[in-house]
Amino acid sequence: MAVTAFAAARIRNLFAVVILSGIFSLLAAVLYVTLNAVDVAFTEAAVGAGISTLLMLATLSLTSEEEKARFNVKIIPLLIVIATGAVLIYGTFDMPAFGDPNAPAQVHVAPRYILESGKEIGVPNIVTSVLASYRGYDTFGEVVVIFTAAIGVLILLGRGHDRWRPGMRSNVISEQNEEEV
Amino acid sequence: MELFGLLNYWLVIVLMMIGFYIVIAQGNLVKKMVGLSIFQVSVFVFYISVGRVAGGTAPILADGIEVFSNPLPHVLILTAIVVGVATTALGLAMIVRIRDSFGTIEDDEILAIEKGEDDK
Amino acid sequence: MSRHSILRVVAKFMIPFIILFGLYVQFHGDFGPGGGFQAGVIIAAGFVLYGLIFGIENARKVVPAWATRVLLAFGVLLYGGTGVASFFLGGNFLGYNVLANDPVAGQHLGILLVEAGVGITVAATMMTLFFVFAGQDHE
Repeated sequence: MAVTAFAAARIRNLFAVVILSGIFSLLAAVLYVTLNAVDVAFTEAAVGAGISTLLMLATLSLTSEEEKARFNVKIIPLLIVIATGAVLIYGTFDMPAFGDPNAPAQVHVAPRYILESGKEIGVPNIVTSVLASYRGYDTFGEVVVIFTAAIGVLILLGRGHDRWRPGMRSNVISEQNEEEV
Repeated sequence: MELFGLLNYWLVIVLMMIGFYIVIAQGNLVKKMVGLSIFQVSVFVFYISVGRVAGGTAPILADGIEVFSNPLPHVLILTAIVVGVATTALGLAMIVRIRDSFGTIEDDEILAIEKGEDDK
Repeated sequence: MSRHSILRVVAKFMIPFIILFGLYVQFHGDFGPGGGFQAGVIIAAGFVLYGLIFGIENARKVVPAWATRVLLAFGVLLYGGTGVASFFLGGNFLGYNVLANDPVAGQHLGILLVEAGVGITVAATMMTLFFVFAGQDHE
């Protein structure tokens, strides 16, 4: 998985990068299955590997497919990244061990969901009952975010090229109109 | 065993740093979006790893199973993935509009064009 | 793309099953992995496949622009409306216990409605995104 991500950082052909990011999502989905998160894996496989790759390809077809050639590895960003990574790895030494049932994340509300949701909700899939019932507000917010994103895309791209759109530069408009005529 | 326990977090950090590097060092805007989504996936993997319980199964109630993974991170990430693709789409839409306005999706060229206009 | 006859035939064969699978995921989300988010994406994927194989114009005839926009808003309203309904029936906002005589049945009904709202919104969003991106002029 890390190899795929690294390749995506290096390759200059954007088409290959986008396909690699699709493969990356699929590998992430496999990882989620091994970590017992079947619902999440399902979503990642459908969304990450399917829809977002498709959208990126659509963007590429509207823009250019090759990245401009750059041969140098930039030193300052690399140093920043390595420093941040080192600090984060130092931070992991205080993390609870992987899979520890007594880690702080496991003892707060999760036991209640696991023990009570069968009686209170009557739905075997705990993820569904938490998603739709215990955290209904949260999910409502997420749905509204998706709705807003769709509206935003419609505002940005929804009309044809013949109309004036806010933010479009006047000289570009005249050029495009000439082309269309 | 102790080291293996941290391996997952290290994978997360490596992925996160690759995404971070792409976002800050690469000039192409589409590539920056790919970097952002790699960063995003690293955070998702982190949450799911935190929610993992040794010996647990997927959080679906069934007879004879006592140990489950923590369902809460699953819920959060499930919604975050879908929201993530929606925001990615918004970013891509902005890239398309930038390309309409400037004719390029490389950030240094865009800066050069803007600077040229300011000087005029 | 329209000249590839194998693709066309296979796609025609596949699309009903994709949408059927989406509905299965939608309504089986209570018992196994699945739910509104995944189902919405799968159903949208069915329509997107149709759009890719048969062209955007034909897909737009199947799902016109106004339909996706109405569904987009309808999903959110169904979710919010479920909350408001439980509110008027004497419970908390999005507290489903009061939707039916028995709290567990109320929870079932509430989850079903809310998941339907999520599924409709997600499917409409994904279709809108695809059609908007793919419907752009290629310069």
